[in-house]
Formats: sequence, C-alpha cells, structure tokens
Amino acid sequence: MSIAADSISCVELCRAVAACKEKGCRFVTITCVGADSAGAELLYHFDRELALSHLRLTVSGDEVPSISGIYAAAFLVENEIQDQFGLVFTGLAPDYRRTLFLDGQESPPPFRRDRGPDQGE
Amino acid sequence: MAGTVLPFGPQHPVLPEPLHLNLTIEDEIVVAAMPAFGYVHRGLEKLADIRDFRQMIQVVERVCGICSMIHALTYCQGLEELLGVEPPRRARFLRVIWSELHRLHSHLLWLGLFADAMGFESLFMQLWKIRERIMDINEATAGNRVILSVNVIGGVRRDLDAGQTGWLLTELAEVEKGINALGRTILSDYTVQQRTRGKGVIGGRQALEFGCVGPMLRASGVSQDIRLLGYAAYGELDFAPVVEQDGDCHARCRVRFAELGQSIDLIRQALAKLPAGDLSVPVKGRPEGETVVRAEQPRGECLYYIKANGGRFLERLRIRTPTFANIPALTAMLPGLELADVPVVLLSIDPCISCTER
Repeated sequence: MSIAADSISCVELCRAVAACKEKGCRFVTITCVGADSAGAELLYHFDRELALSHLRLTVSGDEVPSISGIYAAAFLVENEIQDQFGLVFTGLAPDYRRTLFLDGQESPPPFRRDRGPDQGE
Repeated sequence: MAGTVLPFGPQHPVLPEPLHLNLTIEDEIVVAAMPAFGYVHRGLEKLADIRDFRQMIQVVERVCGICSMIHALTYCQGLEELLGVEPPRRARFLRVIWSELHRLHSHLLWLGLFADAMGFESLFMQLWKIRERIMDINEATAGNRVILSVNVIGGVRRDLDAGQTGWLLTELAEVEKGINALGRTILSDYTVQQRTRGKGVIGGRQALEFGCVGPMLRASGVSQDIRLLGYAAYGELDFAPVVEQDGDCHARCRVRFAELGQSIDLIRQALAKLPAGDLSVPVKGRPEGETVVRAEQPRGECLYYIKANGGRFLERLRIRTPTFANIPALTAMLPGLELADVPVVLLSIDPCISCTER
C-alpha cells in the first residue's frame, strides 16, 4: 500500500505548490520520509474540503527549494526538517539555521541514517 | 529606533505551557512575533527506531496528555489500514465516546485557563470544578484520568457495562447543567467581551493560507471538521461543525463553548446506538506500506504519516499536531496588538507545547 502522490522534481515544485494555492488548498504539512547520502524524499500534503492531495519530491542532494514564499505557514516545518534531517531549504524565510529545536552547536541531524548520531559522527 | 525584543516565555506567569515567542515591541505595541522552540523537545518520533509498532501506542499516547486517547486512536487507525484490519463496530463507538470525553475535558480546561488569563479566577474555578466530573468518568471507564490507554490495533481493550452507561448519562446531565449555568458569563460578560472582541482577528481566507485547523479555522468561518470523514463511528452520528464568522478571540471562545454541548450530544448518540459485540479483532503479521491518517483532536486536525517495511520497527513515523499548524498564524495575529492583549490572544489558539515539541 502506498499513497497516491504526484511525483515532481525540484524545478516543478514551486509551480505545483502555487497551483495548489490557486485552487484554494490548505497547506497541511511536509513530511520528510527519509534522507541519506543518495538524496531525500519529501511529501507535501494539501487539503481541499477534506480531500487530501500529496506531492512527492525526490531530490538527489541536500538542497530543496523552500515554499515559504508561497505558503508562509511552511516556514515552521521546513525549519524542523532542516534541524532533523540536515537538508537546506533555499529561500526559506525566516531561516533559523538549524536552531529551531537545536542549540546552535554543530550537531549531527538526528533523523539522518547516514550521518546521524547513531553513526557515531 | 528599532523595537525592543522581548522574550515572552518559555517561563511566564500566564502561560500554562512553555511556549516561547520573541516579541518585537515599540511603545507597548507588538510589531513582530517569532516563535522559538526546543525548550522541552523530546524527539518521540525517533523512538519508532527502537520501539516496535505495538509499543509505539504507549509512546504516541504521551505526545500530549490532553489528547492522549486520540493520538493512539489515529495511530491505531493507520496501523489497522496497513494491516488490513477492521475494528468491531462496538469498538468504533467506544472510541467516539472516549474521544468526545477528551474534547469535553480539553475545552473545559481551556475555557478555565482562558478565564484565568483574563484575571477571572472565579470563572476559572467553576469551569475546572465541572471538568472534574469528566476526569472522574475517565478514571471510572478507562482506568486513568488523563492518559487513557484504551486503544489497541484492531479495537479497544476496555468496555462499558450497563451500570457505567447509566451513571455516565447522569454525570453528563450534571455537566450540561453546570455548563449552561456558566454560558451567560462566558459569552456575554462585559469584561470577557472587552478582553476578547476584536482581538487577534484572522479572516477565513488568511486562516486557510496559514494552515490553521480546528476551532481556530471554524471561528474564522471555515466549516471544516475532520470528524466529517466518518472515522471510528462518526459516520453514523448526526452532527455539523460549529462555525463562527468573526475570527477573533471571542469567536474562538464561542466555538469551543458550543462544542461542549456538541460533544455531550455525540456521547449520548453513541451510547444510544452502542451495539453489542467484540471489543477487538486478532491482528497478525507486520505492517507494510505507507499511509496518511487524520483525526479531529480538541485543538484540531492531527495527521500521522506511517511508513512500514514489514519489520518490527516502523521505517518512519511523522506526527503533525494541531498546535504546530496553528502557531504560524500567530506571526500574523499578534502584530498591532498591545502587549497586555498578547496572553489572551496566545491562549485563544489553545497552544499545546507538549504536542508541538513531541
């Protein structure tokens, strides 16, 4: 069983999210499914009159375009993902620079399977 | 001159939970508000790496004390979907009853704290006195006042007997009487209106754009309630979302107050239709696949993303709690307000930092 989600690339992300906003969708959240040295997978969830729709973004590196310019509410979850997975959202405002939950010291992203604290780095 | 940055919380006399905002103020007027977190963050999602999918029920119950049962309900519904299990009908009705008891005690707790934030201590005490009856019902029916550990994958583990059902209805009648007696004070008192009307206004369109949920969204004129999806036994009960149009603190107060009556009505309906039968079905195997599941908590929509690969441990568990969705709107609601109004507006979103810093 898997979620019915439209697969998109980084280039298409902002346009697809803007289209969701034009349709009157409520931004629900972003889920970072996982991130390692090979890349990351993120799910963007939207709601319109109780029907959920999802966008699935697969990136090969650590950089992801921010959607906080389209949905301001996304700044919180994007900062959370930066803290937890070590991804970098380009254009994120406000950007806490990995201090939303963390104390500002250089620390391994706790949810990263390739360079998280479990790997002893 | 640049404004003064005032740290509001995490320890503050008016805050029931360690919410932290950095407020930029000029002449006692808020010009910017930035949330800050990390004070009590626990990393519960990460525990899915070392607790198997059944043990995680006890973990998610502790995401939030106030909505413990609904967290477990949402999680169990997700696992039931992945395992292809349908809980018995009686279990689905019992889940509704405990969910609405949670909503009742959460809204009464909030109304009391809201009255306290305005300095209305006698109202605070009266509301919490009524809430004690709900806590007693929780203890008698589920074994605990706060953490109701009643959900299992495939149903529930506790039942209501005929004696408890009759007693519950009597207690609910007393709760209803108490609530109605306080209604006029909560909704029409001069002081309450002066402190809440026109404060922290957010319109329907803006609330949707900021991703608001629950009473926040409904107080801004958007008729959205996740219970309308019909999960558990909500599909067999008659109710409509409580909606107000003003989008201010008073409207949010009116929505939660009206939802008290709605919850009592839903419990009565569920008790009247409570079918006989099993409490749970046996569950075999391990979950595989991914799913997104939602439920309506007292503070609004809660979303669980669950991904499993057939092993003992989940591959990913993500919990989006309602307060996490409502906090971004504060950055738009607070600027322009006097500093003295900040506590009331903050509390009007019913912030749960235990949820947010899960």
